[in-house]
Amino acid sequence: MATVERVTSGGIGDSVLRKEDRKFVTGEGRYVDDLKLPGMLHGAFVRSSFGHARIVSIDASAALAMPGVHAVLTHATLPVVTGVLSASNPGGDVRHPEQAVLAKEFARYVGEPVAMVIADDRYLASDAVNAVHVEYEPLPVVVDAEQALAPGAPLVHAEYDSNLCKTLESITDGFDAALAKAPRKVTLRVHNQRVTPMPMETRGCIGDWSNSTGEVTLYTSTQVAHFVRTFISIVCGTSEAKVRVVTPDVGGGFGAKLNTYREEFAVCAASKVVGRPVKWIEDRTENAVATIHGRDQTQYYEAGVAENGRILALKLDAIQNNGAYNQLLTPSISHLTLFMVPGCYDIQDVSITIRQAFTNTTPTDAYRGAGRPEATHGIERLLDAIADELGLDPVEVRRTNFITEFPYASATGLSYDSGDYAATMDVALGHADYAGFEARRAESKQNGRYRGIGLSTYVEVCGLAPSAVTAALGIGAPGWEHSTVRLHPTGKATVITGTSPHGQGHATSWSQIAQTELGIPFEDVEVIHGDTAFQPYGLGTYGSRSLAVGGIALYRSLGKVREKARELAAHLLECSVDDLEWTGTSWQVKGSPDRAKTIQELAYAGWTAATLPEGIEPVLEATTFHDPPNFTFPFGTHICEVEIDPTTGRIEILQYTAVDDCGNVINPMIVDGQVHGGIIQGLGQALFEETVYADDGQMRTPTLVEYLVPSAADVPPMSLHRTTTPSPSNPLGVKGIGEAGTIAASAAIVNAAVDALSVLGIRHIEMPMQPARIWKLIEEAKS
Amino acid sequence: MSQTITVTVNGTAHTAEVEQRQLLVHFLRETLNLTGTHVGCDTSTCGCCTVHLNGEAILSCSLLAVQADGCAVRTVEGLQQDGVLHPIQQAFHENHGLQCGFCTPGMMMAALGVIEQHPDASDEEVREALEGNLCRCTGYQNIVAAVRSAADEMARS
Repeated sequence: MATVERVTSGGIGDSVLRKEDRKFVTGEGRYVDDLKLPGMLHGAFVRSSFGHARIVSIDASAALAMPGVHAVLTHATLPVVTGVLSASNPGGDVRHPEQAVLAKEFARYVGEPVAMVIADDRYLASDAVNAVHVEYEPLPVVVDAEQALAPGAPLVHAEYDSNLCKTLESITDGFDAALAKAPRKVTLRVHNQRVTPMPMETRGCIGDWSNSTGEVTLYTSTQVAHFVRTFISIVCGTSEAKVRVVTPDVGGGFGAKLNTYREEFAVCAASKVVGRPVKWIEDRTENAVATIHGRDQTQYYEAGVAENGRILALKLDAIQNNGAYNQLLTPSISHLTLFMVPGCYDIQDVSITIRQAFTNTTPTDAYRGAGRPEATHGIERLLDAIADELGLDPVEVRRTNFITEFPYASATGLSYDSGDYAATMDVALGHADYAGFEARRAESKQNGRYRGIGLSTYVEVCGLAPSAVTAALGIGAPGWEHSTVRLHPTGKATVITGTSPHGQGHATSWSQIAQTELGIPFEDVEVIHGDTAFQPYGLGTYGSRSLAVGGIALYRSLGKVREKARELAAHLLECSVDDLEWTGTSWQVKGSPDRAKTIQELAYAGWTAATLPEGIEPVLEATTFHDPPNFTFPFGTHICEVEIDPTTGRIEILQYTAVDDCGNVINPMIVDGQVHGGIIQGLGQALFEETVYADDGQMRTPTLVEYLVPSAADVPPMSLHRTTTPSPSNPLGVKGIGEAGTIAASAAIVNAAVDALSVLGIRHIEMPMQPARIWKLIEEAKS
Repeated sequence: MSQTITVTVNGTAHTAEVEQRQLLVHFLRETLNLTGTHVGCDTSTCGCCTVHLNGEAILSCSLLAVQADGCAVRTVEGLQQDGVLHPIQQAFHENHGLQCGFCTPGMMMAALGVIEQHPDASDEEVREALEGNLCRCTGYQNIVAAVRSAADEMARS
């Protein structure tokens, strides 16, 4: 896409430089670890060093004897009334094992919090953690989900007769017949490995409990402040009206902070005990074991296919590793996989079974894409496997199977809103010079290298979510979003949003929407969020929902204010509302620019309330709770071209082309930034990242030394482009872009690598495609 | 064990009694309240805590405060002058080189070190030189553009 000129102020469609930036580039951002409260103490956690163990005893006497140590709390002494709760019950009857805030009798994964130390500073707290002696009786461990579901596996939770959490199923009536009559069958096993979200800011929180008023304030690095407030009130046994959750600047989330965690409850309860604020900041090694992981799904595909590549029936049997407990949304994540198994292809007969297993590992939950990357990676690998099996071009197999008419009722129950998958693919093929690829492959071959090209044509379900649908899916939370637009007497505007940005630039984009829809200049709009004390309930930021749901809530509030202003203008101009037209910044009598009231004049008039039309309240302010009528379905095509050096196994990405269609765009610069970051997270999973457990439950990748987050030197420049197919589901025609890159990228990269090595007879490669694995594959294939 | 040290930070001398085991990053953050320098890992891998020590980019999580006794430290708070952004700050802003902002101070301090040593660094050289600074949001493309743009601007001025 041609560079769109960047501007310092603007409306919808402009690449406006971010108003958030200045505080961050000057070091004036305020993240939770930057906050200091009077009298604040520091907490640290004693964590299980065993994957599975009975806690025999906890001896804190040595720690308590240390100067500066105020308390050591355990399950027996931490004042909470219940354990951590999950909001997820897809299909009903999900097994939800008790997850005590501090381990009750058993520890079920390495890193599970067993005790909490409160001390004067974090150095002392760390010392004291080492002085707490916990006696463990080790128990049998299972870390692999397939092994956990095998007969005779060690039980993670002894109260159940197996490690099965839940089986999700979606089977169409015609599936068996459709599969039986398909002339060709193609099978594929794909393991979507466990990865860790790894925001650069770890988690952290400060609990401040007032024993005199019963009020508790929690400062926490979260994507979902209101969820956290609701759950604090339940777990800590206090009135929700007395709980305030403040979200300072948040240094990245990626789903890791779309949760309610034990430590958030623990700092509140600990503050109640010691009568002073208690801060806990996660260190990176803790983050690796104590914050949710993502993915870890093993998939067995079988496709029934016609000779031309048309998919007649699709079967997926998958096993999802839930980890030791269900976090906020754990059982629902693979439900999102289930929805998107058919991808952007017209497959009306499916049989999908996803079995979720408990294991002695950190819980999995939402990581950027959350269930959808698993679906996309699988189906996109399968499309290439079908093309390979039938001797067809992967492009043509895709074209043969694309959904072409919208709205489209998917076999898994969704209604795709709009799309033009072939058009987007064709744009991508042009930019990537797909037609000229074989010549480039030959050139690489002459240099002793393998070159390959791979596509990923994805569609995702975004804009989470219609509340009736979340209820039907067993999610105990709605999907609407809130906004308030408030005009001040001086004509400036405050926007309060229920979204919870942590890098997405909502202050900028929301100001652009306000400028376009209400005529308040970009720089006169302040966007505030992140404090439950003054905000109505908001659902937060995740699932590429902020614009498609929160942005629409804003759009509707702006419209309400504009319409109220119209009534006021008609009153002041002594005309009918029907005589007025909106100029973009004022209401004027049609055809009479001299008879007009600017929005700022109307804001002042509404505030003075000197003369108001009958039935109109003072002040231009409006609030909306917007519940979306449908999801949105962004889509696109990513094409990756790689070259592999057989002497090292290193995969070099020569070209990465992305054509994304997220409907209408508010700020192209920000959208591109989201795509860049998303692609590199998908690339990280494809090439480098894997969270590894040893069989005994020990974590093999507890730091950034072992867990390989891509650096600038590891990743290629990307070529980004867009097509625009507005969503008919909302008045701005927007769809969402936060997760697209991650959902699309891994399959494009793996498909390219498999294509490169297909001359050696290699048909599939599991992620991460680290050089050693690739080198070994090549050596084995050659011999 | 405590020790009295004097460290000049962003041009101002600070004398303080510190625990010998205190890391420089915690001295900056906790003692001097300069919270722009962040901690992102515990293995000297992420680069979030990068500051300049006597003109050289270093990791303030890998140095004790007492080791900085008598030294000059420059942090992100020392970049802007009289309310005017430094070219590296302006370039990160203009190139959308940041999203959540958490890695940004360390990234800018590292980038400044690169520019000062290699003002003509190519895209590839910038990428190699910033290998020790992780960003999870941007995919680095706009960071590289920002560093190149800042280098050009600094060469002109």
